[in-house]
Amino acid sequence: MTQISPLVALVGNPNAGKSALFNALTGARQKIANYPGVTVERKSGRASFADGRSIEMIDLPGAYSLDPDSLDEAVTRDVVLGKLEGHRRPDALVIVLDAGNLDNHLRFALELIAQGLPTVVALNMIDLAERDGLRLDAQALARALGVPVIETVAVRRRGLEPLMTALDGALKKSPVVIEPVATSFGAQNQRARDIARAAIISETAGRQWTRRLDAILLHPVGGVVILLALLFLMFQAVYGWSEAPIGWIESGFALLSDGIKNVMPDGLLRSFLTDGVIAGVGSVIVFLPQILILFLFILLLEASGYMTRAAFVMDRMMAAVGLSGHSFIPLLSSFACAIPGIMATRTIMDQKERLATILIAPLMTCSARLPVYTVIIGAFIPASSVGLGIGLQGLVLFGLYIAGILGAMLAAAVIQRFVTQSRTSSFLIEMPRYQWPRPGDIAINLWQRAWVFLRRAGTIIFAATVILWALLSFPKAPDGSNVSQVEYSVAGRIADGLEPIVRPIGFNHDIALALIPAMAAREVAVSALATVYAIDAADEDAAATSLGPKLAADWSLATALAFLAWFVFAPQCISTIAVTRRETNGWKWPIFMVSYLFALAYAAAGITYWTARSFGL
Amino acid sequence: MQLDHLPLNQIAVIRAIDWESLPDQEGHRLRALGFEPGVTIEALHKGILMWRDPVAVRVGRMTVALRTKVAAAIDCELSA
Repeated sequence: MTQISPLVALVGNPNAGKSALFNALTGARQKIANYPGVTVERKSGRASFADGRSIEMIDLPGAYSLDPDSLDEAVTRDVVLGKLEGHRRPDALVIVLDAGNLDNHLRFALELIAQGLPTVVALNMIDLAERDGLRLDAQALARALGVPVIETVAVRRRGLEPLMTALDGALKKSPVVIEPVATSFGAQNQRARDIARAAIISETAGRQWTRRLDAILLHPVGGVVILLALLFLMFQAVYGWSEAPIGWIESGFALLSDGIKNVMPDGLLRSFLTDGVIAGVGSVIVFLPQILILFLFILLLEASGYMTRAAFVMDRMMAAVGLSGHSFIPLLSSFACAIPGIMATRTIMDQKERLATILIAPLMTCSARLPVYTVIIGAFIPASSVGLGIGLQGLVLFGLYIAGILGAMLAAAVIQRFVTQSRTSSFLIEMPRYQWPRPGDIAINLWQRAWVFLRRAGTIIFAATVILWALLSFPKAPDGSNVSQVEYSVAGRIADGLEPIVRPIGFNHDIALALIPAMAAREVAVSALATVYAIDAADEDAAATSLGPKLAADWSLATALAFLAWFVFAPQCISTIAVTRRETNGWKWPIFMVSYLFALAYAAAGITYWTARSFGL
Repeated sequence: MQLDHLPLNQIAVIRAIDWESLPDQEGHRLRALGFEPGVTIEALHKGILMWRDPVAVRVGRMTVALRTKVAAAIDCELSA
């Protein structure tokens, strides 16, 4: 007889260390999906009791109460109350409390306990609380709350076994039916504070690391300088640190390609494998190191607690364009990928601000643009130094990021003024204590991001590459024809139709050709170009040289710059459009987004091209 | 004295909060973050450059950032 294993939900305030506890309990084997009907990410995993019986565990979005302010909080409420359609109600709750923050977090815990589900409280981050000079009486707290209270330090795996044992005990007891007590928010708060006070044994002024660090990182002038320096370091690192691993991946694919050429006779299948699959997918996978470096920085900033400080520093500037520091976090995530960025807007309380943030998120330079930027910059911008150890290539890349940011700010101002017609924005956020990020947690997250990227490369990009290869390979140009294979193929003919439209902004036939499959995802533009040039190459040797020099020989600098400008704005990503549709419940906003971004892309590329031409480039 | 005028690093107690002047959502979140009459607070840091907005405030053992416009709705009294 098979038995469905119990479902246990981890629930608590944001910054209580919920995710770290979830990682510690379930290990690296986690499943990420969405809750039914909404796009809130559902993280689940398996944990087991000492005797081997296992339970399913879910990590609910952080919330402050069961009376939601945001979409994330609404999901937490619906799951806890068993009201989310298509999702079973948890059999038990593990309430994660920040031990150092009892007076603020206990109110929500009381609200949760009142739901009558079997409950265990994890008094988490007890070590940080002790560092801050706080000594707590877990037993007294358990008596006051009426549920087991276990001291845990998730990041050091402390208290996990007692927690599981207590959970097992709670699950075995029959659920209590509790009469809902209608108490005011104020009364709940008062009770929470009374309980917290009773649980504190002693309180001394601890080492106030957070406060001291904040004095530096939130400094009215220094804080801005530090944030800008961090961002600059991040983008330089994306370039500098990735050079060697990119080289390894490139040589790996070259070896693979040569191997196939050695064992297979020349023919359609060999062309499909080397020119299509390896050239196409390989040219995208090569950017994995850069994407991982970018995500590493973002994950570190988040886990250390700095991210909300960055939001604090940026709030006033964001307010100037009708947004707030809240938008800064989703927008910064969008530098890695607009999809998690757009999903992160769910924490924005103000719905107009949320919509505006979604609409400008694709303007943040996501990692999918890096392949495009890197190839073009590598081919056209000399690797010289402008002094102070700053490379010209890195500087141009930085400029492209800035162009995206300025475009986004302008768009935000116009959208908030004329489209959403929002008058105010708000900024109200908890700033967690600083913490050393735990390498294990960062590694799990990084692995999940890498996996998502590789899966994309393996599916969307692979499919687009294969289709493009076929479109480029058929029909075959007759022998001795002076029309090249690319021009003769189906794709060449489609591009013929597109070419007159993009000719005025300096784009040639090959670019027109690459733009078609790049609608699926921006980085496909690179693999498309690689495929186009590999197939058009007269001999094997020419095909073996990498894409950059070919572009440098074929394109004018003005065209290359226009191509870069195009990709600063162009909304070429099916997934982003799809997620915008889901998050805004309809086609109205994705259509608006795609239209204004294409218009901007066309204008920017045109202006860039003709300006460059007038300088004789 | 309104919270936005509170000098930095001085312990104060919230006397009253003008909930009426706050948009519903902000009032709700403010309560959820533990702002209530009688609670001890301390202004820790003020925003960047010439704006000095938002302001970071300690509430209990938690630090919360809020805009001065919201802070102006919170009336407090310096502890002796």
